[in-house]
Amino acid sequence: MSAGSIDDFEQPIADLEAQIERVKRLTREHGLDRNDEIAQLEQQVQRLITERYSNLSGWDKTRIARNARRPYTLDFIRLMLSDFTELHGDRVFGDDGAMIGGVGKLGDQWVTVVGQQKGRDAQERHKRNFGMARPEGYRKALRLMQLSEKFNRPILCLVDTPAADCTVPSEERGISEAIARTIRDMFLLKVPVLVVILGEGGSGGAIGIGVGDRVLMLEHAIYSVIPPEGCAAIIWRDSSRGPEAAEALQLTAQHALRFGVVDEVVSEPVGGAHRDYDEAARQLRTALERNLAELSSLTPERLLENRYERFRKLGQFVDTAANGAG
Amino acid sequence: MGNGWFRKGKGPQEFPEGLWIQCENPKCRELLFIREWERNLKVCRKCQYHFRLSGAERAALLTDPGTFIEHDAGLESRNPLNFPKYNDSLERYRRETGQSDAIVSGDGQCEGIPFSLAVTDARFMMGSMGSVVGERLTRSVERATQNGWPVVLVSGTGGGARMQEGILALMQMAKTSGAIAHHHAAGLLTVVILTHPSMAGVLASWGSLGDVILAEPGAMIGFVGQRVSKQAQVSKVPSDFQTAEFQLAHGQVDRVVPRKDLKATLATLFEFAGYTPVARPDAVSTGSGE
Repeated sequence: MSAGSIDDFEQPIADLEAQIERVKRLTREHGLDRNDEIAQLEQQVQRLITERYSNLSGWDKTRIARNARRPYTLDFIRLMLSDFTELHGDRVFGDDGAMIGGVGKLGDQWVTVVGQQKGRDAQERHKRNFGMARPEGYRKALRLMQLSEKFNRPILCLVDTPAADCTVPSEERGISEAIARTIRDMFLLKVPVLVVILGEGGSGGAIGIGVGDRVLMLEHAIYSVIPPEGCAAIIWRDSSRGPEAAEALQLTAQHALRFGVVDEVVSEPVGGAHRDYDEAARQLRTALERNLAELSSLTPERLLENRYERFRKLGQFVDTAANGAG
Repeated sequence: MGNGWFRKGKGPQEFPEGLWIQCENPKCRELLFIREWERNLKVCRKCQYHFRLSGAERAALLTDPGTFIEHDAGLESRNPLNFPKYNDSLERYRRETGQSDAIVSGDGQCEGIPFSLAVTDARFMMGSMGSVVGERLTRSVERATQNGWPVVLVSGTGGGARMQEGILALMQMAKTSGAIAHHHAAGLLTVVILTHPSMAGVLASWGSLGDVILAEPGAMIGFVGQRVSKQAQVSKVPSDFQTAEFQLAHGQVDRVVPRKDLKATLATLFEFAGYTPVARPDAVSTGSGE
């Protein structure tokens, strides 16, 4: 089963849903009263979904996070922001379709939003480079964040990427430098920055726009230093052992919360964000507005200090010389 | 060379007597007299291949004799994910290198000018960056910021962020870059020296954040390993792809500097940036973060 598909563990759900459709059609076409049966089946589906989604492994979540039915960055932008106006280009080389940027309103609040965008069909995937941003993408993102700072507007970073682009042209144009500079300069932005891991938080590509005052993560998203398959290939020389690696890497939102890497896990509709885009966006928007309100009272100095401390404390070690925990 | 003449081992192959060593460059394979090779800072006299240095050797190379004071040498990883076999690896590398992790850091002087130094060591788990590397490097940058000093960061990291520490390893990219952001905002100088190899998460964070970035000749420097990047693309990979010279040609490093000239280059940059020598060599030990 490919890592981008959740069809296997959703099959029983899909079967039941198909059965309900059949019964409904019969009801319509033949005027039979089967409402009791329908209600019963619908209850059964809900139970099945709840049960299945309350007990997900790291690998299950990996597949949910990568699934093409999952709402993407532009879906969330469409559903959460009004007056969204996309802005393009890094002013150096080009425009990167894998990285979206623009301005819009979250409720009454003007914000700047940047984020990786994946594609659902072949043409869109090509245009979006599978959500793998190039140097131009990170430079565009930073340019727009600094534009936002100039006009004192908060920044919203939506992360959904398998990794940054690692082709020869990206190397030639300094993909490492583009990521590094964006990370560094995000620590100096004098406006509130909210980061959301929407789906895949893929290593350097994710942290490249991942420095914020608050980092939120959707319930079934993943955040990992390396794709599980890549990890398995290195450790066991067998990339098919991704499921084991996904457990070992502890890449779920619940793990990230425990490590202090994220501040809040945003609930998804029962059965995952792909089952109800509107509800997923509504819950995220509520969380974003609450966090923005909390940050709005802080001075720029305090904001920067807290942002640094937030990341400064991440890591686990012991000091054997001092005989104490670090 | 499989003729059994050379001792098999992890490091450079040596003659039984320990007098000679063979150049690691497969295109060279020159036999080098060890004492002469060491005097030449472990650079092949024939092809100029730069052998790897340990963190301690690197500190000795870049600081005035007797000025380097190591900090935080007791920090050890806690294996936060309880990752399979990670404790065994750490134990083995600690035995082999005599270090607690893939980094040596501290303070020293270069031509009398005090500075903080952090060096990642490719001999320890490919020099990969976990919590300990991130913390010690961050503390080095912070000491420099507090003291108004320049900081020198030397990368010998082939492994990037250390996957055995999962997402916490990735966060070290942010943590170290944040420390550099505040050092930068204070108007202080950061010099990065990229040695063989400098890759992945380290290059995509502090490894690319020098005001000036120097590289040793022939060092492999790049975002992801060539095997991965070859898979990811149809276009041909240039023959010098991800070398120091390739990165120089593409504007990603300021200078390729032979090992013997590194310290003098540092001194020049320190002087340009307005740093002045301290009167007494022991002045460096005050105001430390320990």
